[in-house]
Amino acid sequence: MSILLQTIGLTAQYGDFRALFGVDIELNAGETVAIIGANGAGKSTLLRSITGVMVNAPEQVLHRGTPIGALPADQVMARGIAMVPEGRKLFPSLTVEENLLIGGQMRRVAGPWTLEAVYDLFPILRERRLNPGTALSGGQQQMVAIGRALMSNPEILLCDEISLGLAPVVIRDIYAAMPRIKASGASVIIVEQDIGQALRVADRVYCMMEGRVTLTGAAATISREAIHTAYFGDAA
Amino acid sequence: MARTYRVTTRTRAGQITGLVALALVALGVVLPAFVPRGVILDLFFILTMLTLAQLWNLLAGYGGLVSVGQQAFVGIGAYAMFAAVILWGMNPVPAILVGGGVAVLLAVPSAFFAFRLQGAYFAIGTWVVAEITRLSIAQWKALGGGTGTSLPREATGNIMGVDLVRSLFGVREAAARDILAYWLALALAVVTIGAIYMLLRNRLGLALAAVRDNTEAARSVGVDAGRLKWVVYLLTALGTGLTGALIHLQTARISPDAAFSVTNWTAYVIFIVVIGGIGTIEGPILGVLVFFALQTLLADYGTWYLLALGLIGIAVMLFAPRGLWGLISARTGIHLFPVQRRLLGQDQLKGD
Amino acid sequence: MIWIDTLVQGILLGGLYALFAAGLSLMFGIMRLVNLAHGDLIVLAAYLLLVLVTMTGMHPFVAVLIAAPVMFAIGWGLQRVVLNRTLGKDILPPLLVTFGLSVVLQNALLEGFTADSRRIPAGPLETASLDLGVVTVGVMPLLTFLTAVGVIIGLNQIFYRTALGRAFRATSDDPVTASLMGINPGRVFAVATGLAMVVVTIAALYLGMRSNFDPSIGPARLIYAFEAVIIGGLGSLWGTLAGGVIIGVAQTFGAAINPEWQILAGHIAFVVVLLIRPRGLFPRAND
Repeated sequence: MSILLQTIGLTAQYGDFRALFGVDIELNAGETVAIIGANGAGKSTLLRSITGVMVNAPEQVLHRGTPIGALPADQVMARGIAMVPEGRKLFPSLTVEENLLIGGQMRRVAGPWTLEAVYDLFPILRERRLNPGTALSGGQQQMVAIGRALMSNPEILLCDEISLGLAPVVIRDIYAAMPRIKASGASVIIVEQDIGQALRVADRVYCMMEGRVTLTGAAATISREAIHTAYFGDAA
Repeated sequence: MARTYRVTTRTRAGQITGLVALALVALGVVLPAFVPRGVILDLFFILTMLTLAQLWNLLAGYGGLVSVGQQAFVGIGAYAMFAAVILWGMNPVPAILVGGGVAVLLAVPSAFFAFRLQGAYFAIGTWVVAEITRLSIAQWKALGGGTGTSLPREATGNIMGVDLVRSLFGVREAAARDILAYWLALALAVVTIGAIYMLLRNRLGLALAAVRDNTEAARSVGVDAGRLKWVVYLLTALGTGLTGALIHLQTARISPDAAFSVTNWTAYVIFIVVIGGIGTIEGPILGVLVFFALQTLLADYGTWYLLALGLIGIAVMLFAPRGLWGLISARTGIHLFPVQRRLLGQDQLKGD
Repeated sequence: MIWIDTLVQGILLGGLYALFAAGLSLMFGIMRLVNLAHGDLIVLAAYLLLVLVTMTGMHPFVAVLIAAPVMFAIGWGLQRVVLNRTLGKDILPPLLVTFGLSVVLQNALLEGFTADSRRIPAGPLETASLDLGVVTVGVMPLLTFLTAVGVIIGLNQIFYRTALGRAFRATSDDPVTASLMGINPGRVFAVATGLAMVVVTIAALYLGMRSNFDPSIGPARLIYAFEAVIIGGLGSLWGTLAGGVIIGVAQTFGAAINPEWQILAGHIAFVVVLLIRPRGLFPRAND
């Protein structure tokens, strides 16, 4: 299996506050990896470092072996790494359809994801295509955010807390789309607080606490006690 | 064991500065006895620009109210003084106070309008207010309309205090007027800087800093941001009006374009504050010295002088946004006018 | 009937002010950038047109086709090299830097062209007039107004129907998330300023043909432009046109009462509108 994306000893800080203390994670081609952990564990910082929103030392993040740690976000995206940001972050001045279109207008690559394909994935969006992006319910906005990221036919899809603030039935509907996304060829990293969903959809799991990876293993075989300890830092 | 604490802003450097400042002011008072008239006029210019700069710095640097319309108060203060002298026969020196008072009166409706606007809109709003004031004053035929007027001979020959100056220094009347104006400028500068320093040292200054940094948070701890803005704006208008009146007392001539000049009373002032260091009291002092030096060196070159000024201003804002004093202060950690508060514990109190 | 004439003159004058303001509205709307040198940039473009016309004898409208790309490049470079560095939460840096730029431009033009009043020769267009029955209008003012409308329609087309326009709006909303979409905010802003400069060139054409200009008139144009943008409301180009018309009509009515009151009337209209609607007539919902 080829390593698609790797972080090696990734460190990050906000001013004086150290958020990441040398994090090593790996994403192989075709895999889905979940990163779980409590609030403040550093999960979002990890994704921001990978996508270039935060700038780090070049060799701390490798994409197909090439150092990308110091690249700004637009250049990282051009390499086929797309992000569904925490909090959806739809553009209020754009309609649903325009939000989708803008996801795909900078990196024009042939692939399975087109506007029609996204509407097939999330049919409700076709009905709402001309509404302003932010006039939708939370779950529908999340669908737009995911579709927007897919429009660039990315090689790697990063999902930051897509279940945040959504009702369980809505979360289920959104995760129901995951198999089709995986089948289209994207390798996925999911950052999640909903451990159950994460384990159901992922091949491998990393658990983070206070800026460090505290546990890693196959989703199918990892034990609840191990997760509890890794998540909270004490025995279950 | 209970510890007692005291909050203080006093520092070694600050105390030394206080003594040096006292000495300089004393020197300034007796200076006319030793130096030629040209130097007195230069000092007058420096002191009045310094006062305007300190006031704008209070408004924009500390208060966060970026106004490009302060020339409204320079102009109205000057015109009010001229009106008091020409139309109501007042002596020019006390008429300066009228200038300050009228400036505050203008500041009230202008603040009412401008405070409805945020950020950049506020800046443009203050400029429009200044333009409206200028255009309205230019309609006042009794004071010369669009071309302006001069102080009449009876008024200039009768200025309060000039006779005293003449007897002290044995100079002719015109020179005595300049010395008097210089003294008034010195007094105004000292009072203004002193008042600003006092303001910032007490709770008002703390409140200002809080509002500038985060208005919502400041409100949540009980700071009345709205009232604070009014106080700062009115005080600044008062000082600016007084200075405008004094400046035009010395020139004894007024016209709408000169009294309400954006270049002289806003562009130069902003330049001084930015180059010197915005948000500090030391900054404008340094800035006015640099400005004066540049003007003296380049005055013959007209447009090149202004061009250089513009380029330097741009460069400073891009690469040294805290100005020259900011660079110096960052390197050496010196604060001549300390406004930062430190906590003194019991042990330190003993040795204090 | 004189009032109809005054009203129409005011509306057409508003077209000129809207042209001045459109470029500003673009920059302000996309970047929240207060460009205090905007008026001086219009004057710069006017001198550029003047040079092209007097050196080659070409018609001013043709000169625009050459001057526009030049001004685009100037705007693009200015944004990339200087103005992008000033963007951020503090409004002081862009204000002060563009202030300095204004001083530099005025004095550079003064050095290059002296303070003499100049005009772009427009031939018969300068005095031609059209009889519309109820009123007679000058062809130049009418053309100015129609051009303003055309420019605004064009800009709106770009904004709402092109990928570039999507990028403008998205970057204006949220530059960080826009960069996650592969958009480089710095480049987008540079294109926006370049585009604004193209509009400035068109405005300069009509400024220069219609009346005399010299290096010092920039700030006055700037004030009218700002008043139009602010009255109209941030982000609305049609609002900017409305703002320009309000100022224009106020000025012509003021002048009809007393010629010395023309400019004052415009400013007073600005104050009145803002007292009623501090965010302008058609402000964006999300600001």
